[in-house]
Amino acid sequence: MHSYVYRLNTLVTFAAVLLAVLCCAASFLDAFNSPSVRAHAEVIKVNRFRKQLSGNDEVSLTLNISMDLRSLFTWNTKQVFVFLAAEYETSKNSLNQISLWDYIIRDKDHAKFQAQVASKYPLIDQGSNLRGKKVEFVLHWHVMPSTGRMIVDKMALSKFYLPEAYT
Amino acid sequence: MGWIGGNLESIRSLQTKQALTQAVNLGLVVTSALILWRGLMCVTGTESPVVVVLSGSMEPGFQRGDILFLHMNQDPIRAGEIVVFNVDGKDIPIVHRVIEVHERQDTGEVDVLTKGDNNEEDDRLLYPYGQLWLQKHHITGRAIGT
Repeated sequence: MHSYVYRLNTLVTFAAVLLAVLCCAASFLDAFNSPSVRAHAEVIKVNRFRKQLSGNDEVSLTLNISMDLRSLFTWNTKQVFVFLAAEYETSKNSLNQISLWDYIIRDKDHAKFQAQVASKYPLIDQGSNLRGKKVEFVLHWHVMPSTGRMIVDKMALSKFYLPEAYT
Repeated sequence: MGWIGGNLESIRSLQTKQALTQAVNLGLVVTSALILWRGLMCVTGTESPVVVVLSGSMEPGFQRGDILFLHMNQDPIRAGEIVVFNVDGKDIPIVHRVIEVHERQDTGEVDVLTKGDNNEEDDRLLYPYGQLWLQKHHITGRAIGT
């Protein structure tokens, strides 16, 4: 009555629909996770603070970072991408966000740590505005799921005033 | 002889009808797929609402062959977002993360620098010669899920 092809077609369609529903459900359940993140960052040393030949200020820092991101992990989490951004304002730019350091956390066991790190990426201004500038450190995290919607959030950690003079 | 001729005629017209029906059905299927695709483009606001990851530059988050859902709206671009952009003159869309944002006070225009999670260097090497930043018009979408 029903051929092989017909039955196979029905089976595959059903499986595909079921997979889509499960993926949506997994992502939906993630929304119920209410995480509590703790983190701290402070500058230990200003390694370098100078004006480049191009006229732009450049800063390199060593930071002490500690964080506890374990509550972000669910069974649907593939990894958490975390980065520390230095955010500041200048007369030309209403917002400057520069990532200083980033890290990929693969599982819950590695989500709580403390480290002393040198800034991975240099803080280079568009111009020469950094002397004495107030910079805010904001920790951003992107929870990347195995399937579904990414969850993005951030937390302001501390403020830091750059030196008045180049080193 | 008359009824053979009559039967042949009716069979041929039945086959033609069937063939025509199948052709129309196929046309309907293709058209509805196109309508669905265009509708998705409208809803998400991007030219390519779904893309396939082509390179390994975002591993381990996105593997080659992963499917990404994109969305585009007027929200300002912020650091950490995963954006899709085309380098001038090249057709291949690149999916990388924004690591630097500079937004102008007066115009709200942004200068953006991107980098693949798995790459050592930022994307300045990919931008055309002399171009240091991406602007909003280079970016065709933001990844919202996999």
